[in-house]
Amino acid sequence: MGDAMAQVSTAGKIEDFRLPSAEGLAAYRESILAERDPNRTVIIVCHGTGCIANGSPKVAGALRKSIAAAGMTAQVIPQIKTTGCHGFCSRGPLVIFQPSGLFYQKVKENDAEEIVKTTLLEGNPVERLLYRDPRTDELIPYDYEIPFYKHQQRIVLRNIGKIDPVDIRDTIAVGGYQALAKALTSMTPEEVLTAVEAAGLRGRGGGGFPTGRKWRIAVENARKNPGPVYVVGNGDEGDPGAFMDRTLMEGDPHAVLEGMTIGAYALGAHQGYIYVRMEYPLAVRHLSIAIEQARALGLLGENILGTGFNFDIQINRGAGAFVCGEETALIASLEGRVGEPIPRPPYPAEKGLWGRPTIINNVETWGNVPQIIEKGAKWFSKLGVPHSTGTKIFSLVGKVNNVGLVEVPMGITLGRIVEEIGGGVPGQDRFKAVQTGGPSGGCIPYELKDTPVDFDSLSAVGAMMGSGGMIVMDKRDCVVDVACYFLRFLEEESCGKCLPCRLGLKAMLEYLDKFSKGKGSQEDIDDLHSLARAIMAGSLCALGGTSPNPILTTIRYFKDEYLTHVVDHKCPAGVCKDLITYSIDPEICNGCRACARACPQGCISGEKKKPHTIDASACIRCGMCMDECPVGAVMVE
Amino acid sequence: MSESFGNIEAILDRFPPQPEHLISALQDVQAKFNYISPAVMRAVCDHLGVPISRGWAVATFFKSFRLEPRGMHEIKVCLGTACHLKGGARLVEALERDLAVTRGHTSKDLNFDLDTVNCLGACALAPVVVVDENYQPTATHRKLKKVLKELK
Repeated sequence: MGDAMAQVSTAGKIEDFRLPSAEGLAAYRESILAERDPNRTVIIVCHGTGCIANGSPKVAGALRKSIAAAGMTAQVIPQIKTTGCHGFCSRGPLVIFQPSGLFYQKVKENDAEEIVKTTLLEGNPVERLLYRDPRTDELIPYDYEIPFYKHQQRIVLRNIGKIDPVDIRDTIAVGGYQALAKALTSMTPEEVLTAVEAAGLRGRGGGGFPTGRKWRIAVENARKNPGPVYVVGNGDEGDPGAFMDRTLMEGDPHAVLEGMTIGAYALGAHQGYIYVRMEYPLAVRHLSIAIEQARALGLLGENILGTGFNFDIQINRGAGAFVCGEETALIASLEGRVGEPIPRPPYPAEKGLWGRPTIINNVETWGNVPQIIEKGAKWFSKLGVPHSTGTKIFSLVGKVNNVGLVEVPMGITLGRIVEEIGGGVPGQDRFKAVQTGGPSGGCIPYELKDTPVDFDSLSAVGAMMGSGGMIVMDKRDCVVDVACYFLRFLEEESCGKCLPCRLGLKAMLEYLDKFSKGKGSQEDIDDLHSLARAIMAGSLCALGGTSPNPILTTIRYFKDEYLTHVVDHKCPAGVCKDLITYSIDPEICNGCRACARACPQGCISGEKKKPHTIDASACIRCGMCMDECPVGAVMVE
Repeated sequence: MSESFGNIEAILDRFPPQPEHLISALQDVQAKFNYISPAVMRAVCDHLGVPISRGWAVATFFKSFRLEPRGMHEIKVCLGTACHLKGGARLVEALERDLAVTRGHTSKDLNFDLDTVNCLGACALAPVVVVDENYQPTATHRKLKKVLKELK
C-alpha cells in the first residue's frame, strides 16, 4: 500500500488510489501521521481571500527563500503551509508557528528575513509583529491567548487555519471522513437521521428550520413515491457583509463534502449539488479540487469505502441573483431556468429538483453533520442553548476593532461578541446598533446588548439569525441611511414575480428617500410602518416577507432619529447628503491643500499653510475632503 | 466570428444537450468571449435545445451576464454593508466622475468597465475594490487613481 500512497501528492495531482474500506481509511491516516514529525515546526501562512489581498503569497514566498538562504541543514527544516482563513482578517497577513502557536500579524514580505533569523535560528519572538491588545496594551504572543480566539468555540471552523484545503491528506490527518466511515459501516440511514434529529441541529442559512425534521419529510416522501432524492449544499451566500460560507468552502471544503455524503446516505440520495456564488472564485476552485481528490480516494463516487454506497457531487456556479439563496429559486437555477421562487408548499423536501424530494441545506449546516455523527447527538445538543443547539459562525464586520469570522456557542450575548471578541468599537466606548441577519434582519440597539444570540431570542427583538452577518454600527452611522441601503439592495434583487415585493419595496424606498431628504411627516413614518406589515404578510417568498425588518426595527428602536430627519431636517450621524454641510475647522486646519486637490468641484479655497474654507453653495457633499484631510479638520453636521 | 465559432463548439461539446446546462454553458461561453452576442446565444440555445426566448430570459435575469462588449479592464467596487459603512459608495461616485462613466457601463475609450457588486465577502478589507481580479484592500480614491493610472 505504501507506494500507492506516496503518489497522493500535495500538488493536487492524485493518482488513482481508492481506499477499499473504512479500515483502509484508518490505515491511510496512520501512515500519513507516521510520516509527520509532531515536533517539526510548521509555519502557517493564511491564504484566505483577505490575507491574499494583503500580500500573503509574497510573505510565504519570502519565508521560503529566507529559510533556504539560512542553510538550516543541521535543524529540521520547517514546513510552510498555506491554509484557509483564520478569521482574524483585520490583522492579516497572519503567520502562525505550530506547534507553539506563536502568532504574527500584519506580516510583510520584508519581515521574512528577520522572522527566520530571530525566531527560527535564535528562538525568540519578533516583538513588533506580535499582537497587542488595544485595550490593555499588552503583547500577546500566542494565538490561543488572544481574546479574539479565546472566547470562541470552534466546531465547524476547527480545522480551518490548520489544514491545507487543497491537500486531502491534511484533512484525513485531522480526522476527516472518520464520521463518514462510521456512518457507512456502523449506522443505518435511520440511525443517522435520528442522530441529526436528536442533536437539534437547525438550518444555518437563515430560516432555522430543524434539519432532522426536514430530512424526515424527504425520506417519507421518497418512501411514498419511490425514485431519486437529491441533496444540495447552498453556498449562495448573498447577504452583504457575510462571509462564513465562503471561508468554510475555501478553508475546509471536505467538511462540506463529508456532511453532504453522510446526509445522502441517510436520505438515500446518489447525486448532490453545491451551489456557489460566482463572486467566490477561490471557493469554487477549492471545492473542485476537493471533489476530485475525494473521488480519487473513493470517498466520493461509486462504492464509497467499499460499502456499496454511491454518491457524487457537482458544483454549480450562481450567476449573480440574491433570490437564488431561496430554495425554490435555487432549484429553478439548477434546472437552468430563471431563478424565480414558486409558492411553498410543496416544499422542496416533498417536491424539489426535477419534481423529486430534495434537501437543501446551507453549507455550514452540512459542516456540522460530521461532528454530530462522530461525537454523538448528545454531545452536540449540550452545546449552545436548548432550542438553539451547537455553535454559529458570524462574520463580525463594520465599526469593530477585530473584524473577522467568529464561531461561538449559541446563546452568548450580543454584547460579549462585540466587546470581548470584537474588541469594541474603534475610538468609541460603545456601539450604536448591531445589524444581524443581512438585508432581512434587524438593527439591535446597544440597550439590548444582553440579548442572547440564538434563533428565538433574535426573532423576539425583531431581528433574525439569518446566515450570520453581524454588522456593528457606531454613532457616525445613520439608521435611516442603513434602512435605505438594505431596501435599495432588496429592491434591486427582487425577482419581480409577486406584487407586494416588486411594488412594495419601491413604495417603502420612496418613503425612506423622502425622510433622508428631511421631508415627510410623522404620519408618513406611521404609514410606512403599516405598509411594511402588509408586505410581510403578502409576499411570495422570504425575500419580500422579511424585507421590512430593517425598517421595522429601526423605527422601533430609533424613532427619534427618524423624527430628527423629518421634523428637524437634520441627520445626527452626518450621513444623509441633503441634510449635512461640510466645513473646515480653522483651528485644526494646517493649510496642506490636500482637501483642495481632492475636491472635484474645486470649491475649497485658501492660501497654503493657512486655514481653508469650503464654498457650501458649490459643494456636492461627496466627502472627499474629509477622507483626504490628514489632521481631521473637516467637519460634517 | 467564424474563427471564434470553432471555439464555441469546443466549449459546448462539454455540455450534454440538455436544457439544465443553460446557465453553466452561458457562463463558460461568456468567460471565453467576454460577453454574450446574439450569435453566441443562438449557438448555445441550439446546442441545448432551448428556445432562444428562454436563453435571453436567463441572460437578462442573472446579473453576471453581459450582453455588450466589455472594456479592457474591469473595476468592481464592493457595496456590501461593511463597505457601505466605510465609504464604498463615495468611491463609486468618485470613479464615475473620474472615468466619466456611470456604474454598470464601459468608459468611452473602452478602457474601463465600472461595476458594483453586492458583497465580495472580504469585509475586513472594506472598502474593497477589485481591479482585474486584484483586490485593493482599504481602498481610497487616491490609491485607486494610482492603480488606474498604471493601467491606462
